[in-house]
Amino acid sequence: MGYLGTGTLTGTEPARAGGGAERPRLGWLRRLAASDDARRLGACVAGFLLLAVMTGPEGSSLAPTSGFSGSLLHPRVFAFIGLGVGLWALITAKRRYGDRARRLSEAISAAPRRLLPNRLARYGIYLVALAFAIVYPMALSQFWQNVLVDQIGVYVLLALGLNVVVGYAGLLDLGYIAFYAIGAYSAAYWTGALPVHPPITLNPFWAIPLAIFAAMLAGVILGAPTLRLRGDYLAIVTLGFGEIIQIVATNLQSVTGGSSGPASVIPHFSVNLLGVHYKWGLGDLPYYYLLLGFVVVILVTFHALEGSRVGRAWTAIREDEVAAESTGINVLKYKVMAFSIGASTSGFAGMLWASQVGYIDSTLFTVQLSILVLVLVIFGGMGSLPGAVVGAAVLQWFPWFLRVHPLFGFQPEDLFIYLGALLVVMMIFRPEGLLPSRRRKREISLAEHGEGTADAMTEPEGAEP
Amino acid sequence: MSVAAATRPEAAKVEGDLIIEVEGVTLSFGGLTCLSDVTLSQRRGEVLAVIGPNGAGKTSLFNCLTGVYKPQEGTITFRSRQGHASAVVGRRSLPLVARALEPGGIVPGWWMGWRAVNTKPHRVNRLGIARTFQTTRLFNALTAFENVKIGVESRQHTGPIGAMLRLPRARREEKESDARVVELLDFVGLLPRANELASSLPFGDRRRLEIARALGTRPELLLLDEPAAGTNPAEKLELAKLVRKVNGTGVSVLLIEHDMGLVMSLAERVIVLNFGKVIAAGTPSEVQRDPAVIEAYLGTSYRAREEKGQGP
Repeated sequence: MGYLGTGTLTGTEPARAGGGAERPRLGWLRRLAASDDARRLGACVAGFLLLAVMTGPEGSSLAPTSGFSGSLLHPRVFAFIGLGVGLWALITAKRRYGDRARRLSEAISAAPRRLLPNRLARYGIYLVALAFAIVYPMALSQFWQNVLVDQIGVYVLLALGLNVVVGYAGLLDLGYIAFYAIGAYSAAYWTGALPVHPPITLNPFWAIPLAIFAAMLAGVILGAPTLRLRGDYLAIVTLGFGEIIQIVATNLQSVTGGSSGPASVIPHFSVNLLGVHYKWGLGDLPYYYLLLGFVVVILVTFHALEGSRVGRAWTAIREDEVAAESTGINVLKYKVMAFSIGASTSGFAGMLWASQVGYIDSTLFTVQLSILVLVLVIFGGMGSLPGAVVGAAVLQWFPWFLRVHPLFGFQPEDLFIYLGALLVVMMIFRPEGLLPSRRRKREISLAEHGEGTADAMTEPEGAEP
Repeated sequence: MSVAAATRPEAAKVEGDLIIEVEGVTLSFGGLTCLSDVTLSQRRGEVLAVIGPNGAGKTSLFNCLTGVYKPQEGTITFRSRQGHASAVVGRRSLPLVARALEPGGIVPGWWMGWRAVNTKPHRVNRLGIARTFQTTRLFNALTAFENVKIGVESRQHTGPIGAMLRLPRARREEKESDARVVELLDFVGLLPRANELASSLPFGDRRRLEIARALGTRPELLLLDEPAAGTNPAEKLELAKLVRKVNGTGVSVLLIEHDMGLVMSLAERVIVLNFGKVIAAGTPSEVQRDPAVIEAYLGTSYRAREEKGQGP
């Protein structure tokens, strides 16, 4: 019973021609169509074919089906069909051999687990990953180093922040990028790049706490009244907030420079402290290490947060708000806390990014960017720190990989079509994400069995009289 | 032949060292009145049972007591062990004027130093009232240990900064709460299953776990909403034992229950609700013989059986 199988190709009814002596015409086709494997294969190929037609050099998001006018024999069409068959093979293999594979992998991993204490093994993996993250970028080309900072590093930070809001506290925030904008603009303000000048001009390093504070304050101001709302309402309010910030940034030209940005450049980071003088210049690698340092600090602190009283309170709220309240948890306080922690991380990311790029304008902070960060978190696995990092890294790297490999005919405008398709496939086969947290995984499987909810979106029983 | 003696609903209100006082509480949803003019009180350390047919307003009363519902009229006052009275529902005095005014028959406005109060559920819990639910509401994706820990931790003070940086206080509180959780799980007899998921526990154990989680918040009054519903006779006995044990530690217990056997064996006093009104109150044996109670709740066959057993 594949999800993909239903509704594709017709003729699932067995041949009903009476007697049985005379076999109906095309009986083999009907039998084939009735087999789940064939239907799934058909669906996979059809899905990827659709994707191939709707995207690429001929089609675009502006005229989705204009690809029909081109040749269907283009190599990229075959590449997509190949991907469809690949997905089908993956599904079939998982259905046939999934249990056996799981048992095998458990048997393989059981031996080292017995030899190494769990904790030690985990720290070992972290160390190897960190060493890799330090050494590997040195071997990359200028282009990829740039991608690593601009596209991956900043988005890892953003995903980590949104992970607190969406993953830990279960709140849907669609205006997340507004805090990114607030962070970026306060960086520009305090370094004296905006048309309005600050009382004292600061080095970007000293602007960090101010940018974080500004974003956090915005989070509290927005969160305190709106986090009383539930689910859909909260999503709509945050969506509106994101729009408000962008429109204000566009229209308040005398303050923000509007859609063409401020005239002067936001300076790079530099340190002049205790005899240490260092300036982050145009090179990407120094910025990469700066980002890496911050990401590691955030990972460590957020990990501590997750396993603490605060993290458990968030889990309780996510699971059952009414029970959490009657267990003495101030639901609103913890929601605002999660919201403002997420906001300040976002502001921090915006601040770093603004200082690295040196230029901001209001057209950069679109709703699409909020959605993109949300996709990164969902793809990686909500509520999981490694998930947020890996999800953001993989999804941000992939479009650039496609861009340099012309076979797939990737166009930047098509990005969201691919992401949408990816999420659809993801929700069917792995709703918990790439590297889910153990708690979230349990919640989702419990919710599938009709016990409890996996988020704080649903209305609890016993509303106000 | 014994004559069934009627008890008075006014007996729901008692004197003494009271832990909770409910005065004239009326709750309605639109045109539907759930509770009308309910008045009752409970002494400190007492096990009090509230019984009544389905839909009589028992759980609504619990929801008023815990701040989930906001009754239109009436007051609910909780007195802590230190003698400090707090309004769960009602009017709270503003500090200065409060001393000058006695709460009288008139309804004073804010200008006289009073304002309406409806304490939020988590504040009610902080006052010292913990509850369990009719259908157990555990945190299903967490272990038994973590469930109780959430209860224990709600009384602690570690904030996000302390938790992120693992400051000394955060570590100390973590250790304290771990010890307390082990103590509580041992108390309810769930220590061997501490690391099992709440959702995988059998029904009776889930009830116990919910009680342990409630006790973790250090309550003075424990509200149990049909703790024996859906349990088998052996579990029922265990549960009665546990409730007595909880009561033995000085926690007052307010109990909603349908199982008359359990009520008779546990409760010192029983209050009977029907259609949102208190119709009788008294000791279990008094209430059991009250004709109004038999009529509304226990059923006439119950009376016939009682009389056959008693009459010579």
